[in-house]
Amino acid sequence: MARAFTPKVVTANDLIEGDVIYLTEQDQWTRQHTEAELIEDEAHAQLRLLFANGQQAKVVGAYLADAKAGPDGPEPVHFREAFRAKGPSNYAHGKQETRA
Amino acid sequence: MYTYSEYDDAYVRRRVAEFSQQIGRRIDGSLTEDEFKPLRLMNGLYLQLHAYMLRVAIPYGTLDSAKMDQLAYIAEKWDKGYGHFTTRQNIQYNWPKLPDVPAILEALADVGMHAIQTSGNTIRNVTADHFAGAAADEIEDPRPVAELLRQWSTDHPEFQFMPRKFKIAITGSPNDRAVTKAHDIGLRMVRNEAGEPGFEVLVGGGLGRTPMIGQVINPFLPKADLLPYCEAIVSVWNTLGRRDNKYKARIKITVAENGMDTFRALVEERFAEIRPEFTGVDQEILAAIEKEFAAPAFRNAPAEAYDAAYGADPVFRSWADTNLAEHRIDGYAIVTISLKAHGQTPGDATADQMRVMADLARRYGHDELRISHEQNVILPHVHKSDLPVIHAELLRAGLATANVGLISDIIACPGMDYCALATARSIPVAEQIATRFDELKLEHEIGEIKIKISGCINACGHHHVGHIGILGLDRAGVENYQITLGGDGTETAAVGERTGPGFAYDEIVPAIETIIRTYLKERESAEERFLDCYRRVGINPFKLALYGEDAKGRARAA
Repeated sequence: MARAFTPKVVTANDLIEGDVIYLTEQDQWTRQHTEAELIEDEAHAQLRLLFANGQQAKVVGAYLADAKAGPDGPEPVHFREAFRAKGPSNYAHGKQETRA
Repeated sequence: MYTYSEYDDAYVRRRVAEFSQQIGRRIDGSLTEDEFKPLRLMNGLYLQLHAYMLRVAIPYGTLDSAKMDQLAYIAEKWDKGYGHFTTRQNIQYNWPKLPDVPAILEALADVGMHAIQTSGNTIRNVTADHFAGAAADEIEDPRPVAELLRQWSTDHPEFQFMPRKFKIAITGSPNDRAVTKAHDIGLRMVRNEAGEPGFEVLVGGGLGRTPMIGQVINPFLPKADLLPYCEAIVSVWNTLGRRDNKYKARIKITVAENGMDTFRALVEERFAEIRPEFTGVDQEILAAIEKEFAAPAFRNAPAEAYDAAYGADPVFRSWADTNLAEHRIDGYAIVTISLKAHGQTPGDATADQMRVMADLARRYGHDELRISHEQNVILPHVHKSDLPVIHAELLRAGLATANVGLISDIIACPGMDYCALATARSIPVAEQIATRFDELKLEHEIGEIKIKISGCINACGHHHVGHIGILGLDRAGVENYQITLGGDGTETAAVGERTGPGFAYDEIVPAIETIIRTYLKERESAEERFLDCYRRVGINPFKLALYGEDAKGRARAA
């Protein structure tokens, strides 16, 4: 039996600002991890990644990152993705600024 | 200090114009990321975890006030009001936006600076002793030679697509403050029997995943042979170096795989071939560069103001004891401005702080500043009578931390707070260690010690040569920190030895405290430095303290 598929989000960096972005169900890019489309099917994940890679004029380095469902939307699994979603820990810069 | 010739200025501006057009074509969609990435890396522009990062070269770590002021201006206008000084004596901006990069590069060109060859498989910024031209123990100021190497290596047509990056460090002093033994080429100025200055040439040093101490390829190279000899070394490696596996591509592996004798023979052969092509033009250029590095007009003045402040003000005295170094001229001192305030990010300076340092250099420091590989800023030429005023101004700017060479003077790479390659965070570990020992008020009792932290195996934080080295890794999705002890980046260079299994993020600061308490217990006297004590007692007492009785068997077996 095939191994269970770990849910994913499509993430990348914004071409202009470099900020971390996520693909939504509506084919838009959001800065918030919780607004990302949580992909639970492997074939669908590949299709979504193809779509993201087609957006060369907007995004850089799209890839699939492990995620899990949370009360407010998808949450990161690995600590690297948690830091990407939050911003640096030494200053309240990046996403922490725009949220405040 | 070297000022750009018309040729330099035209070259840098041509590159700015070229890269600006490339950025334009990326933004309008004419270039894909795969096409654009090598172009941006050639110009020092990375895409990191949260944003682009621009790495600006500070050749051999030397700046004047105009350059420092411009770095402050860039930080404020196009970044978030600060910059991060690195272990290659460069500055990194963590938040530039892609469309702003041409304007930033233009602003750099206005003061004779650029970001060329701060990335990619090229010869990177040549680093030098940060006390160059000022140190009491120096044979000669190595920076004219460093500048010659910069001119030779910049856009060198043979060396733009090498197996991997290539790093050169140079010192003019027997006390090695430039970590020359951990570089692809290390140059240490020495005298021959006739008393003439030349270079001991080391090759094959490096940190990263396979740390190695450089070996002597030539015990005495006359100054006039330096460029052709360096060209021969890089040329042999460029041909022989492995392009099939990037982990085996650096010159240290080439030397290890072929043996030093074979490698040296090939270099000598290549040197014999190309030496005649160097007809002396390089020496004429060097002579002109040397004039630009003429020593400043030192003053002869009484230093009573210094003695009075030293006697009367304990805060000044503490700072003077840790942050001053001996200058070659009587009445002068070398000031190290610590960028390691307890609990702050090592190597970061705000735009305001940069301006304060620039202003101090202009008014009291013969307009010279240096960036050290230890991520501090140096005022290399200060008359002692000016030190009380300088200290007072540094205090106001939050720059008077009296901790140079102590436990909170930590090297830390950006780690996973910024770097796309990192496997764990470094900055908060450094902040917490500094805060902890400040709370314990043990810093001065512990004395000289070097802690160096890297957030991945690439070792930008020089952890292998830290008296205590910390390496952050990702162990099954959790941050984990390995400790090495006994590393040394000076003329007695050594790679540190691993204590054993790593520690979790919330265990690493207590582990460091355990090591320090063990040292305080084991040392023979307050004069015995951590490194000397470690060399005397070995790793076992530290293992036992860290891992308890479990470690006993392993410690004995080791």
